[in-house]
Amino acid sequence: MNTATERLHEQFDTSRQQLKASKLGMWTFLATEVLLFGALFCVYSFYRFQYPQGYALGSKHTDVVLGTIETIILLTSSLTMALAIRAIRLAQRRTSIALLLTTAAFGVSFLAIHATEYVHEWHEHLFPGHTFDATLRAVSGTEMFFTLYYVMTGLHALHVTIGLTVLLVLVELTRRNRFSPTYFTPVELGGLYWHLVDIVWIFLFPLFYLVSRT
Amino acid sequence: MSERSFLNDGVTLRSWLITRDHKRIAILFSIAITAFFFVGGLAATWIRIELATPKGDVVSADTYNKLFTIHGIVMVWFFLIPSIPTTLGNFLLPIMIGARDLAFPRLNLASFYIYILGGIFTLITVIAGGVDTGWTFYTPYSTMFSNSYVLLAAAGVFIVGFSSIFTGLNFIVTVHTMRAPGMKWFRMPLFVWAMYSTSIVMVLATPVLAMVLALIAIERIAGIGIFDPALGGDPILFQHLFWFYSHPAVYIMVLPAMGVVSEIITCFARKKIFGYKFMVYAIAAIGVIGFMVWGHHMFVSGQSMYSGLVFSLLSFLVAVPSAIKVFNWTATLYKGSISFEAPMIYALGFVGLFLIGGLTGLFLAAAAVDVHLTQTYFVVAHFHYIMVGGAVMAYLGGIHYWWPKITGRLYHERSAQLSAALMFCGFNLTFFPQFLLGYLGMPRRYHEYADRFQMLNVLSSAGAVILALAYVAPLVYLTWSLFRGERAPANPWHAKGLEWTVSSPPPTHNFAHPPTVPDEPYSYSPESR
Amino acid sequence: MSNPSVRTLRLYLIVWLALMALVALTVASAYVKLSGFNLVTSMLISAAKTALVMTLYMELRREHGTTVVFALTGFFWLILMIAPTVADIATR
Repeated sequence: MNTATERLHEQFDTSRQQLKASKLGMWTFLATEVLLFGALFCVYSFYRFQYPQGYALGSKHTDVVLGTIETIILLTSSLTMALAIRAIRLAQRRTSIALLLTTAAFGVSFLAIHATEYVHEWHEHLFPGHTFDATLRAVSGTEMFFTLYYVMTGLHALHVTIGLTVLLVLVELTRRNRFSPTYFTPVELGGLYWHLVDIVWIFLFPLFYLVSRT
Repeated sequence: MSERSFLNDGVTLRSWLITRDHKRIAILFSIAITAFFFVGGLAATWIRIELATPKGDVVSADTYNKLFTIHGIVMVWFFLIPSIPTTLGNFLLPIMIGARDLAFPRLNLASFYIYILGGIFTLITVIAGGVDTGWTFYTPYSTMFSNSYVLLAAAGVFIVGFSSIFTGLNFIVTVHTMRAPGMKWFRMPLFVWAMYSTSIVMVLATPVLAMVLALIAIERIAGIGIFDPALGGDPILFQHLFWFYSHPAVYIMVLPAMGVVSEIITCFARKKIFGYKFMVYAIAAIGVIGFMVWGHHMFVSGQSMYSGLVFSLLSFLVAVPSAIKVFNWTATLYKGSISFEAPMIYALGFVGLFLIGGLTGLFLAAAAVDVHLTQTYFVVAHFHYIMVGGAVMAYLGGIHYWWPKITGRLYHERSAQLSAALMFCGFNLTFFPQFLLGYLGMPRRYHEYADRFQMLNVLSSAGAVILALAYVAPLVYLTWSLFRGERAPANPWHAKGLEWTVSSPPPTHNFAHPPTVPDEPYSYSPESR
Repeated sequence: MSNPSVRTLRLYLIVWLALMALVALTVASAYVKLSGFNLVTSMLISAAKTALVMTLYMELRREHGTTVVFALTGFFWLILMIAPTVADIATR
């Protein structure tokens, strides 16, 4: 059984201190991500207040079925991520690799479905700019809604992609036996990042797909 | 007698460029920010030359716009914001809490190289032809009308923002997890508290700046209107997002300075700080309330009158903790045993000039008064009193105070004292007339002005000459001390604080054994001089 | 070396089911006309999902108080940013 322990970096006195610092560092970084996306949520809120009809109309043109599927996919990927960490704790290396790969697969599916959405939306003249549907543009704020939709889901997709890269690196490191039940900090940190990406989507989904379905 | 210290532990260029030692990284940063200070100073020189006469006859209006823009960008993001944290903060924070290094040394090095990358983008912007939007990048000019290198400039600032975030993250985690046994929170020097509060502000505010710059870029590149009124956007929203970062940013600049001042005043008054706990609470309050006042930059922008009212009130409120600090420094001096070494001259200068800067901030916080003073030289004078009279002087005070510790050399005291005094005089001559100019109605960001403003402008430009000399002088005598200065003992000032218990310069790993933490900080006594 | 007792598979699956139920709830509630309260409802449901993910998947439940404060601070700061900004446009 693998009993790999981490290298204790020289600035730390104990492994416990090192782990505590790593986790606190990650949570601090996540806070910066919350503020980063938060600025966009602020823009969203400002214009939603100003253009309630535009947002409602725009939202009706998003694909709620695909959006719901994407939500289910990401939430399930959080499950598999958490289970992957559990597997490492139980010294089940192959299971953890499988779960990490599953998580990544969910991430890829999410991106693929999203891409499909974007393609549909392009054909339906829902990209802001001179191709934007004229009747929709006539309702103030509809174009702004879609501008924010692409910027925010686009930034989110970028973060999913980064998450995928992190997952693949973790898969490789796990494959090489770098982790053990007593040391798996990078997986834990990667998991925190992945969960945050999920949380961002948890808010994006109702704010873009469910503004007004009545 | 060259003992092993962090300075000679590895003498190749490579050992410096890929170092993980927080002390070496601090020195790398100090060289870089000094260089940028003089770049920003060069722009200021051109500005003051132009403004010596009423006509716009030295540079064109467009060039003038580029000058004040680059002056602002460089001074704010490449000098003031990084200055104390990346130099004195990096060097001292681990030692002051009894640690061997920061929590994430490699992240620290990354922070330096990201800073350099951002700096390169900024220098390229200047060489390519400059940016003319003002350091504030206001829309719709920056997004739709400016023909200058907005994207390059925005990229430079975007990048350097991450340097800030990484430094802040590092400091926060370090203070939480790496204090030596016995170094309780309320035993830490105020400098550490100041770095901690600054770091929280850096971490929470800077991402918003990154996002708003990205939005400008998207609007400029894709032509889609987040802030364009024709497409339903609101330029005032840009200002909200920009100032949400940029107001706390000024606290990123001043909190570290306040930390330095507390260290210096206690040492040279030989007295413990008056009201340590209140100083801590004040640092925290400034950091938090500082996030709630940004709308005072927008009183005349078109924002809601009620917003203006609330922001005005909160801006008055944020002055309270700052005032408490000024009272406490004064009370610390009272019945102290005061001496006037150069660091003390800088620190006392800070207190006086920060006081003026802070009080004039209240004039501006009163919305009705701001209607008349906004966009005039009054504002320019106000923030220079705090940024330059305050933060820069505190930075220099700190550099002098800890110079023996960092370099192992003593600088020439008389030269430094004269230089500090000269700076105080030059500063006031440069910037006090600007309060009067603003009050009399001279607008900012104009390369020409009405004839009646000339005399005050000439005084200001004359002051700038003296100020420039006072900035160059330390370069000379400090560099001289590196080669010819007397070797410094571990504690030349007989100061308290863990940094003075290690050699000058310190060994690479700071402490051979975990240090014994004193029961309370600043255990000075005025009698024992 | 954090190795508290490993959680059961059952717990993770229960959380997942709860999350799925909340997704169903949020989609369903969008089809009910609640005017202004649609937004409040959907945000509350999102907050509930977030709380589940943070406490049980991100293991905040096991962490020190400090970590919890770090985790929540970002969200709290959003209020400091969004509320005054929206208040501006709301009161012009």
